[in-house]
Amino acid sequence: MSDLIEARDGKAVPPSTPEPARVATVAPQGRTLLVPYLTAGLTEDWTDYLLAVQAAGADAIEVGLPFSDPMLDGATIQQASDRALARGVTVASILQDLSRVRPQVRVPLIAFTYANLVFRPGAPEFCRRLAEAGVRGLIVPDLPLDEAAAVERAAAEAGVDLTLLVAPVTTDERLAEIVSRSRGYVYAISRMGTTGERAALASSAADLAARIKAAQQRSAPSHAASSAAPSATTSLAAPSRVESPAATAAGRNGASGARLPVLVGFGVSGPEQAVEAGRAGDGVVVGSALMRRVLDGATPADLGAEVAAMRAALDRADQEASADHASYAEISGHRG
Amino acid sequence: MPTLMREPAAGRFGDFGGRFVPESLVPACDALAAAFQDAWADPAFRAELDDLLAVYAGRPTPLTPARTLSAALGVELLLKREDLAHTGSHKINNVLGQGLLARRMCKRRIIAETGAGQHGVAAATAAALLGLEATIFMGERDIERQRLNVLRMTTLGATVVPVTTGSRTLKDATNEAMRAWVADVDGAHFLLGSVGGPHPYPWMVRELQRVIGEEARAQSPYVPDVVVACVGGGSNAAGTFAGFADTAARLVGVEAAGGAAMSSGRPGVVHGARSMVLQDAEGQVAEAESIAAGLDYPGIGPEHAFLGAAGRAEYHAVKDDEVIAAVRRLARDEGIICALESAHAVAWVLREAGGPLLPAGSRIVLTLSGRGDKDMATLEATA
Ligand SMILES: Cc1ncc(COP(=O)(O)O)c(C=O)c1O
Repeated sequence: MSDLIEARDGKAVPPSTPEPARVATVAPQGRTLLVPYLTAGLTEDWTDYLLAVQAAGADAIEVGLPFSDPMLDGATIQQASDRALARGVTVASILQDLSRVRPQVRVPLIAFTYANLVFRPGAPEFCRRLAEAGVRGLIVPDLPLDEAAAVERAAAEAGVDLTLLVAPVTTDERLAEIVSRSRGYVYAISRMGTTGERAALASSAADLAARIKAAQQRSAPSHAASSAAPSATTSLAAPSRVESPAATAAGRNGASGARLPVLVGFGVSGPEQAVEAGRAGDGVVVGSALMRRVLDGATPADLGAEVAAMRAALDRADQEASADHASYAEISGHRG
Repeated sequence: MPTLMREPAAGRFGDFGGRFVPESLVPACDALAAAFQDAWADPAFRAELDDLLAVYAGRPTPLTPARTLSAALGVELLLKREDLAHTGSHKINNVLGQGLLARRMCKRRIIAETGAGQHGVAAATAAALLGLEATIFMGERDIERQRLNVLRMTTLGATVVPVTTGSRTLKDATNEAMRAWVADVDGAHFLLGSVGGPHPYPWMVRELQRVIGEEARAQSPYVPDVVVACVGGGSNAAGTFAGFADTAARLVGVEAAGGAAMSSGRPGVVHGARSMVLQDAEGQVAEAESIAAGLDYPGIGPEHAFLGAAGRAEYHAVKDDEVIAAVRRLARDEGIICALESAHAVAWVLREAGGPLLPAGSRIVLTLSGRGDKDMATLEATA
């Protein structure tokens, strides 16, 4: 438990050491990560939304490659996928669009799509195409651990991080395996259900994020030994938190810095829920809440404002946590 | 081929099958596989199911010689009469088994997808009998063309949820049923209607339909030259084939030309399994197009993909107009109005009898998977 508290506290303290080169593209470190999801190709100018969201403070962006049968998506992303496909977009056209804006993209892009689109051209070819377009991570929600080996290999060879998902019902044994094999980050599915906006964040979100972090702590020594290379690309910021002075002062060595960020997603709606989810994990993925706005006619600037509001809420929460931590340290006599 | 139509190791039939589901469904699939394995090996479970199949579903169904057609075509044609089972199709075999299993697993509710509505009606029936709630997902387009079955389902107390996304047919109803399952894995059993889906479904549903083939084998005076059945997802065919896989009989599955995953599809992953799938060059799943709602599906069960690749079974396709002609011919010649789905098997026999695929004198067992009451409006529209 104390490990968890330290990781929590670590988040609030900006890192004093410069980031290693491999994470240099991830903007500010040591804050709760905000990762918006966008359905690619939804509109002609969809990359403008991508750039607007980046400018508004996204730490990475999940790019949904629309699939005809999005089994794990709720009504909003289904609708966005259907609309994009009806416009005639393809994986190839989307990757072309991304290649075009690549010079302006500074945050990691992670493709989110379904297994059949990966297997049709073959996983090695698919991953190579992603890498060529500058996409650095891949999430395939209908590819559980047991079926993932071939894609894991192909992704690693192409230099793409294959991020695996953990669900509230995942057993401890599987969770440990997923944590050790996931790359880039660990995706915590906040609730038993599809993507889509909800009135409240499920209580399962915090429980699951805590279980993942506990598993990461348990596996830290062996994980660190085997993880000199595991996340060469997407590499979001959680390691910086545990490498922060708070963590090292608490006696943890740099090896545990290999801990991947835990991102909480599925149904996270609005700034309050983002803060709550971000508090549970190391960051939050927001999809349907944003795509709903785009479907309703939001412009790139509108969407940027939406993301900026979430970013501001997360920053405020980070600051409050930091202040709380300082006063806690004073009272308890601990040096945090 | 020692493993032919036995329990597949890790849910794999050669290169096909597997379990391509969200992590959220993995424990439920594991639990289901374990529960079915346990139940299927339990004599008490088997006895309870056999009893229901006999006293409730009306099994065994007869094997009827099609005398007029046989004489006209120069073949010996025996019809396995699943149209005479309770609810009017072979789907009852599967739902009684899964219904008992759901109860054994202490589920309070079943979720099902349906195309023609035959599986939906069967699922609603099993739910009524066994005291379970039923939520049935059905494409809007199928609701329009299979009204009678919608009324049957609601009369049985089921909730029918229209699916308005995609092609508004079976494919989309299946997506929606799986989404509903993710949201209620503890309380609900997903009562899948065919031999597709993630492990253990292809194996479990084939085992529950095995009764068709085993009865036919025992009823037939000889081992036939050819065993033929229509194929949507492939459950009546799989159940039929299971009774003859270890004989010299040729196994023939007949698909709708507009939904012919075996002849026109490519390997792919849809609805949780790797199998043959109608899809475009980049992997978007294509929309099937068939007059028979129950065959209007772009995939096929993975064991069929395996049997086809291994050369143990062959798959052919027939067109809508051949199917309509087959319904009429069977009705006039034999006094049996079969379902549009089942008529695909009949149409293939009508087309090929006397030709190289089905030489004169061939002895044929054909599974008539269901009855045609539900299709009268469609038939009227084509008159
Ligand atoms: C009468 C009948 N036959 C066949 C099928 C196709 O299913 P399967 O290929 O699983 O037997 C259906 C499906 O709805 C049906 O209603």
